[in-house]
Amino acid sequence: MSKAYRDTFTGPHLLGISGLNRLEVESLLDAAEEFVGPKQLQGRKKNYLSGRTQVNLFFEPSTRTQSSFEVAGKRLGADVINMALKTSSIAKGETLIDTAVTLNAMHPDLLVVRHGASGAAALLSQKVDCAVVNAGDGTHEHPTQALLDALTLRHHLGDLAGKRIAICGDIAHSRVARSNVILLTLLGAEVRLCGPVTLVPSSAHEWGVCVFTDMNNALDGCDAVMMLRLQSERMDSALIPSRREYFRFYGLDRGKLAHAKPGALVMHPGPMNRGVEIDSDIADDPAISLITEQGEMGVAVRMAVLDKLAGGAS
Amino acid sequence: MTGNILVRGARVLDPANNIDRIADIEVKNGKIHAIGDKAKAPKNGTIVEADGLVLMPGLVDIMVRTGEPGAEHRETLQSAGEAALCGGVTSLVISPQTNPVIDDPALVDFIKRRGATQTRARIYPAGALTQGLAGERIAELGLMRAAGAVVFSNGARAVPTAALMRHALAYAHSFGALVSCRAEEASLAAGGVMNAGDFASRLGLSGIPAVAELISVQRDIALAHNTGARLLLEQISTAAALDAVRRAKARGVAVYCSVSIHHLTLNEMDVGDYRTFAHLSPPLRAEDDRKALLAGLADGSIDAIVSGHDPRPAEDKRLPFAQSAPGAVGLETLLPGILSLVHSGEADLRDVVRLTTASPAKLMGISGGTLAMGAPADFTLVDMDVPWVCDADSLRSKSKNTPYDERRMQGRAVMTFVGGEKCYDAGKASPK
Repeated sequence: MSKAYRDTFTGPHLLGISGLNRLEVESLLDAAEEFVGPKQLQGRKKNYLSGRTQVNLFFEPSTRTQSSFEVAGKRLGADVINMALKTSSIAKGETLIDTAVTLNAMHPDLLVVRHGASGAAALLSQKVDCAVVNAGDGTHEHPTQALLDALTLRHHLGDLAGKRIAICGDIAHSRVARSNVILLTLLGAEVRLCGPVTLVPSSAHEWGVCVFTDMNNALDGCDAVMMLRLQSERMDSALIPSRREYFRFYGLDRGKLAHAKPGALVMHPGPMNRGVEIDSDIADDPAISLITEQGEMGVAVRMAVLDKLAGGAS
Repeated sequence: MTGNILVRGARVLDPANNIDRIADIEVKNGKIHAIGDKAKAPKNGTIVEADGLVLMPGLVDIMVRTGEPGAEHRETLQSAGEAALCGGVTSLVISPQTNPVIDDPALVDFIKRRGATQTRARIYPAGALTQGLAGERIAELGLMRAAGAVVFSNGARAVPTAALMRHALAYAHSFGALVSCRAEEASLAAGGVMNAGDFASRLGLSGIPAVAELISVQRDIALAHNTGARLLLEQISTAAALDAVRRAKARGVAVYCSVSIHHLTLNEMDVGDYRTFAHLSPPLRAEDDRKALLAGLADGSIDAIVSGHDPRPAEDKRLPFAQSAPGAVGLETLLPGILSLVHSGEADLRDVVRLTTASPAKLMGISGGTLAMGAPADFTLVDMDVPWVCDADSLRSKSKNTPYDERRMQGRAVMTFVGGEKCYDAGKASPK
């Protein structure tokens, strides 16, 4: 762990990867290393956040991200509250800002927010006094997902500079893709995007990446392949003709993966649509699939983020 | 006696009559009586010393939205009038987008009468082109025209089908009426909240592509050509659409277009960090589009600059960007906006004054926008250089949604006269 980086990232919020510099990203990844390993799996607690209140405010249903943040907060000793928004005043027409102001009056230390509208976390951060962590806002960013992906890749590939990484699938509607493009290019990786042209923003070539519509070409020589989830509402929209055509051209199978480097790693932010964007045979292959490991790194990265934003003397 | 005044020493600027010189101007019985050496101090009148100020016709803002009737918390005719006079605007064409929609001669009459009692700014109603603005049946254009509607608009949406647009244009043409429409192909714009492009996709906001405007403009130009009707395309925002208008004009089609001051002074980057005050319809476009619109001011392809005044209360704007309502107030900042283009060297003063006075007045067939002998003495005195900072909370509009909030401005109206009566005086206005 490089001590020099330790305090580069100082918050006050984590709203996106955009706006962070390389030192800040590396300081977060280095900090997360402290939380990786068997002692957490044994459930031993640290008290970095004892006495702190963390509110998980999820306006969109989420299983893995919400529980990952909950586990991360609890391992650090925070009091974690999950807002059950389906039964709350949101359903009665209360606005995001009214909810935020009400919560703010309870003086939480951390607000972890997921919302269906791009920019919602940034808006919230302007209205509250505590640290805000963006756990996914619309089709904008999902910064902790990108950080956990980078941490996972770093464990297997070392320095990501010069590594070739393909991100495939529904780029246009993916906040995971946006955060990963920014973060991986920041770390010097060669990033490739691939998907049907109707699911890739027409300006994506301006993001410092190469854009492909042919998956075999996109995967050529790749060190790692990140598959994105195809939302079920997209499957039946006018953007793609059918699931079987999508899987034929954009689903990851052994044939396409053969174009990548031998032993190339496979990732997926979950939850997976097996047989739509990824073949089960690949998803379940422990030699190349990092999908389970991503879940473990998720807790470590979120512990680091929560600690940086609300830990220590304050 | 009211309506008799002499304004001394101002630079008189009236593009309609090709006047731009320092001169005295005499108003008698509320009308322009003399300019220059013949101007004398009237008996029982007042003298206004205006050295260092520019005297220009009161601005004519076509298609101003208020909340009266139906949403008076957003804006009333009274508050819109107060905002207008403070901004040097003396004539307003009121959009039919109210609740109920102004699609009936009695409602046209209501707006006229209400405007006459609530404000000294001149209020002209626009009628709805289709019943309830639903885009299904033509409204009573003939009856509304007889009641005083100066133009027929379909509100913030393009007419949905080509067939209905064709009927509406042909029918309006038989009454000699002007049809006014937005240009946006709905299927391409669906769900979009800002200009489609790199910035929108970085922000994760769905975009409205420029081609949505082009398709709609081309359809409506073809139908105007086909029917011979006069058509005003409201608030066009893209280089491609402007070019289509320019070519149609060259072919002799009776097509006109307006642009909003916001699209001339701002671009998509002003959305910045999800600023909902910059959420407009049509959306703020790319810088290349803005530059193309500026070129259109000088070459005659644009016929009016408008404020696009669309008051939205906090509950419509204090939301995540995609959930917020589009629209910006502009009555008070139209004049400072055009002056900012002059100060930055991006537009000629005579062009922007013509496009906010004589040109829109002529298009609507209303008085005003001119200092011709015998014309109503509607004018404003402008301090071209005074620096100030726009503060949304200080606006006179009931709604404060201006994308110019906190922007540094240069120049504003200091006095506004309607029919020779002083209706606004910055020196005497209640401090806000």
